[in-house]
Amino acid sequence: MQLWEVFVRARAGLHHQHVGSIHAVDAEMALGNARDVFTRRGEAASIWVVPSTAIVASDPADAAELFEPAMDKVYRHPTFYEVPDGVTNL
Amino acid sequence: MTDAERFDAHVAAEGKVEPKDWMPDAYRKTLVRQISQHAHSEIIGMQPEGNWLTRAPSLRRKAILLAKVQDEAGHGLYLYAAAETLGTSRDQMVDDLIAGKAKYSSIFNYPTPTWADIGAIGWLVDGAAIMNQVPLCRCSYGPYARAMKRICKEESFHQRQGYDILVSLCRGSDRQKQMAQDALDRWWWPSLMMFGPNDDASPNSAQSMKWRIKRFSNDELRQRFVDATVPQAHFLGLRIPDDELRYDDTAGHWRFGEPDWEEFHRVLAGDGPMNAHRIEHRRRARDDGQWVLDAASAHAAKRRRPAA
Ligand SMILES: [Fe+2]
Ligand SMILES: [Fe+2]
Repeated sequence: MQLWEVFVRARAGLHHQHVGSIHAVDAEMALGNARDVFTRRGEAASIWVVPSTAIVASDPADAAELFEPAMDKVYRHPTFYEVPDGVTNL
Repeated sequence: MTDAERFDAHVAAEGKVEPKDWMPDAYRKTLVRQISQHAHSEIIGMQPEGNWLTRAPSLRRKAILLAKVQDEAGHGLYLYAAAETLGTSRDQMVDDLIAGKAKYSSIFNYPTPTWADIGAIGWLVDGAAIMNQVPLCRCSYGPYARAMKRICKEESFHQRQGYDILVSLCRGSDRQKQMAQDALDRWWWPSLMMFGPNDDASPNSAQSMKWRIKRFSNDELRQRFVDATVPQAHFLGLRIPDDELRYDDTAGHWRFGEPDWEEFHRVLAGDGPMNAHRIEHRRRARDDGQWVLDAASAHAAKRRRPAA
């Protein structure tokens, strides 16, 4: 059996979110198993199942190289800017 | 700093660990052992209750018990999936269980002769499981912690449905109340054993605490369980089968006797009333179900092949 990652959308308007993994021989069985395992209490309005092998992930060893350059760019956040007294709606 | 030192500092600062992160081999091994034992317990734990599915006293009770047992199957699957992220396959874990190489909670090696046992299991066994599991929601290993959060959310209904069964029995005839008392007598001590040996006899605990896998000691959790459970027994009008049980006013705790640790080790080693039956049943489920998997796989393969 193949490993599948399960994503669930709780209700329309929200993102699908990863909730866990299941085993299945094909997509149809994966959807059925995902439904039984992850949505027994009305947790879902929609399910995605994706073969785990289809997911391309970043390497934790590259985390610094990938994500640290964003850390010192504080000017990307609105809180970086000082709004002069008396200025509103900005 | 070595990798190991960096790792220890990271978890000590409540940092989380994800599957592809570097981790010490011993951390990985400890987690595979603990998570797979936990998964096996959920799956084997379906048997004592499944025993009453067809004989539940009403359709309502039957639907509830079915939902509960189904949840336990789900718990087992969440946990096997969490363990698989550490590089051991589910098939391997199940094979180890059936070969008698893996352990599971000793509590599930006791029989369920009456309907009251189903009440006692929900109330005491799921109750003890909750005590053990809530701190695991903050475990340093991300996939285990996430599985535990999902599980804990579902557990509280399990405990309540068990207590609800006993409330009904204790409000019933004398015979029904006696049934409830007998079940409490059977399950009380094995439930206390679910927290594991006394702290001074639990050599791996300190390392697990350092790694933020474990948060509280076995004895601490056992005390918490007793404090929570004794008043619930009194509400039912039942007697806890422990002559040493008394309330310590100054400490604000219920003091209790020592479980029979020899029995605990005997049952854990395989010599409980139901060990052989539980494993044999699991083996039969695997072997008898194999054709379904084979058929599904053959069907999937056929559909993947383009029509000639
Ligand atoms: Fe469970
Ligand atoms: Fe449960």
